[in-house]
Amino acid sequence: MGIIRNLSTNLTVIRQSLLRNHQKTIMSRKVHASRTEGVDKNVWVEFTQLAADYKAVNLGQGFPDFSPPEFIREAFCDAVKGGPAMHQYTRAFGHPPLVKILAKFFSRIVGHEIDPLEDILVTVGAYQALFSAFQALIDEDDEVIIVEPFFDCYQPMVVMAGGKPVYIPLRPREGSAVLSSGDWVLSAEELASKVTPRTKAIVINTPNNPLGKIYKLEELQMIADLCIKHDLLCFSDEVYEWLTYDGAKHVKIASLPGMRERTITIGSAGKSFSATGWKEAVARGFEREYEVFGTPESYFQQLPAMLHSKRQKLATCLQSAGLNPIMPEGGYFMIADISSIEVDLNDESNKDEPRDFRFVKWLIKEKGLATIPVSAFYSSEHGKEFDKYIRFCFVKEDSTLKAAEDILKKWSQKE
Amino acid sequence: MNFAWHLRNGSRLTCRSAPAACRRTFTAQHVMMSRHTHAKRIDGLDKNVWVAFTSVAADPSIVNLGQGYPDIPPPSYVKEALAKAASVDRMNQYTRGFGHPSLVKALSQVYGKVCGRQIDPFKEILVTVGGYGSLFSTMQALVEEGDEVIIIEPFFDCYVPMVRMAGGKPVLIPLRPKPGKIPTSSTDWYLDPDELSRKFNSRTKAIIINTPNNPIGKVFTRDELQVIADLCVKHDTLCFSDEVYEWLVYKGHEHVKIASLPGMWDRTITIGSAGKTFSVTGWKLGWSIGPESLIKHLQTVMQNSLYTCPTPLQEAVAQGFLLNYEMMGQPECYFSSLAEELEGKRDRLAAILQEAGMTPVVPEGGYFMLVDVTPLDQDLSHMTEDEAYDYKFVKWMIKEKKLAAIPVTAFVGEESRKHFEKYIRLCFIKVRRISLRSCILFCTLWYFVIL
Repeated sequence: MGIIRNLSTNLTVIRQSLLRNHQKTIMSRKVHASRTEGVDKNVWVEFTQLAADYKAVNLGQGFPDFSPPEFIREAFCDAVKGGPAMHQYTRAFGHPPLVKILAKFFSRIVGHEIDPLEDILVTVGAYQALFSAFQALIDEDDEVIIVEPFFDCYQPMVVMAGGKPVYIPLRPREGSAVLSSGDWVLSAEELASKVTPRTKAIVINTPNNPLGKIYKLEELQMIADLCIKHDLLCFSDEVYEWLTYDGAKHVKIASLPGMRERTITIGSAGKSFSATGWKEAVARGFEREYEVFGTPESYFQQLPAMLHSKRQKLATCLQSAGLNPIMPEGGYFMIADISSIEVDLNDESNKDEPRDFRFVKWLIKEKGLATIPVSAFYSSEHGKEFDKYIRFCFVKEDSTLKAAEDILKKWSQKE
Repeated sequence: MNFAWHLRNGSRLTCRSAPAACRRTFTAQHVMMSRHTHAKRIDGLDKNVWVAFTSVAADPSIVNLGQGYPDIPPPSYVKEALAKAASVDRMNQYTRGFGHPSLVKALSQVYGKVCGRQIDPFKEILVTVGGYGSLFSTMQALVEEGDEVIIIEPFFDCYVPMVRMAGGKPVLIPLRPKPGKIPTSSTDWYLDPDELSRKFNSRTKAIIINTPNNPIGKVFTRDELQVIADLCVKHDTLCFSDEVYEWLVYKGHEHVKIASLPGMWDRTITIGSAGKTFSVTGWKLGWSIGPESLIKHLQTVMQNSLYTCPTPLQEAVAQGFLLNYEMMGQPECYFSSLAEELEGKRDRLAAILQEAGMTPVVPEGGYFMLVDVTPLDQDLSHMTEDEAYDYKFVKWMIKEKKLAAIPVTAFVGEESRKHFEKYIRLCFIKVRRISLRSCILFCTLWYFVIL
């Protein structure tokens, strides 16, 4: 009798715990889709958090810490105060006033008609423009050539679309002293060797992040010839198109013969108008710029002029601290060679990471200065060659740059 | 002579000059076009009912009760919060990728209260570009080739293409009118539990529910949700719950979150929308809320697709939530006051439609109303396109009556078309459109037709 009672009690307990466990069991099989595998690490998430934790002077993530220009802020306020229609859905592929001015503005630059309704898609940041391009045009097993160093999202986006990234690095030119981003070049033979029958597209970024290289006409022509010969698409990320220095000219590969019909060109309001948090463009900003284009009033002239002196200042500081900067021709980043710095990167927790990753973490923790390791912009096969560079962002208030300068001065005095 | 020149000037090359060159050019062009095809994932997904009907209804002389967006102004405090946010420099730059801290904290507060549980703002919430963005991240993160996803008809039209784009297979099940009566309320539509349970199998990855439902306006009861929950637990599937209209529930009905049912939190993604909550559809902000084990995959998709949402908009929505959090449960709370305002419009529209001889299906929630146009017996045999009756009816109505609506078969699969093609969907979150003058005009026009 006692046994039976015990048994039935046990059974009740077992049944109840099974019920509880059953409720707790989520999925016995795999939940996530395979496309999310291997694309979960993100350099920005990792380093931005670290910079925040150590309250470092942040020359890491690329965003201005000064305000967008007055005229764009006014345009924004006017839009906010506008009628109810300003707060409701607009045309899906792009707000009509915006696509009209973009078409007008860029038609003038490239020298051919751009249809506002057929040839333009407005997206949530250039990030989404890239995402849409890859999702729309890259299939399983398509190969996509990516020029290194590359903005880190290209690789996971290609992978997520089922494609296969094929890398080719820009390399410092042989022989001459490598002092400018213009000295980093692509080998035409090496590039040609990367093309296979499965190659679908090539991704270029000019001005380049992180290097600051601005591809010259001849270099773009070389790429264009290859695209035409092998019938490839070209995704051209030109978000920093207005930030050119020392008279370097930004050339749009889509304007080269035979390239228009095979090129997607990507732009950004966030970078154009120093409002990265908007991730949407304001038609009025471009309308205003259209009128003053080429004059000293143009924000697209003023911004690079302002950044020119910051670029110089940063380069000087880095040199005096024993770091060797590579002068960028464009964009708002500068990479510096850390090979001549001897520090004891005594940190067990990251001893298996590339040197530049370790150096950057040390720099954040020990010196309170945040930067980004450049091998993050390389494939694993080539990262080793380039783990002696770190990236600085100089689109910052003078006070921020001064704080960085003080850190670097103190550091160089101690050595 | 380079390739490009050939391609651009192909038409100028005549066959008088080297015929071989001509042929080569032609072939080259042909080869060019055949390579530039789109990726398979978007095959067959290019049609879209909104693109088709919104441009037609854009004519200002047409009364547009089609696409669902308010023409009532948003509350002034959200607009002010946006202007204020944009005046702060830091607010114009990138914020935290998975959601602006002040917003995810506010969401965690509000939804924590609603759900009666602690919600981790950083691990259990993802801010996205509209409810659409949440749906997309969910599908991309959790659905793949070989997965079946159950979708209840009528469904918000993007569910099917999103499932397909993720490589999944949509399995459709219709809401049916209760036998024996002509539906006059969204409560008259139900899901057959036996039919539903037969749709589940070992390949079923998830079921998508939408409550309040667009377009019918049905608000699923606790018992109905329990039936679905039991099946999810039994078959170990996920649940994607689109609750963008959660605050728009009318008297006598209650919005229930399926994630709050036992066994459901760990397997459910719940989707919300700032656009619908604060009448700012153009802001395109939404969120997914769920367990860390699922949200982390949505975050992976986010960081590889959009990275982050606009900062000033998130700040403004956060302010909107914090303000209303204090007033939750009171009549001043926007979540209650909007529903109250819309209930009046709902009832007025239903009355007008009845006067005009149609049969409205009065919704329990949301801001759409289905209307059965069968009683009008409108002859559309002159319209020869191969389209469902409701598509033809809406096009005819736009042209002849200057009134725009949306055909309901846009929200159902092929097989269910015949059950829904006498219905059109009207949106009533409009202020001017349901003014007395346009009502009378509208009714008069109808009488003209019938008599």
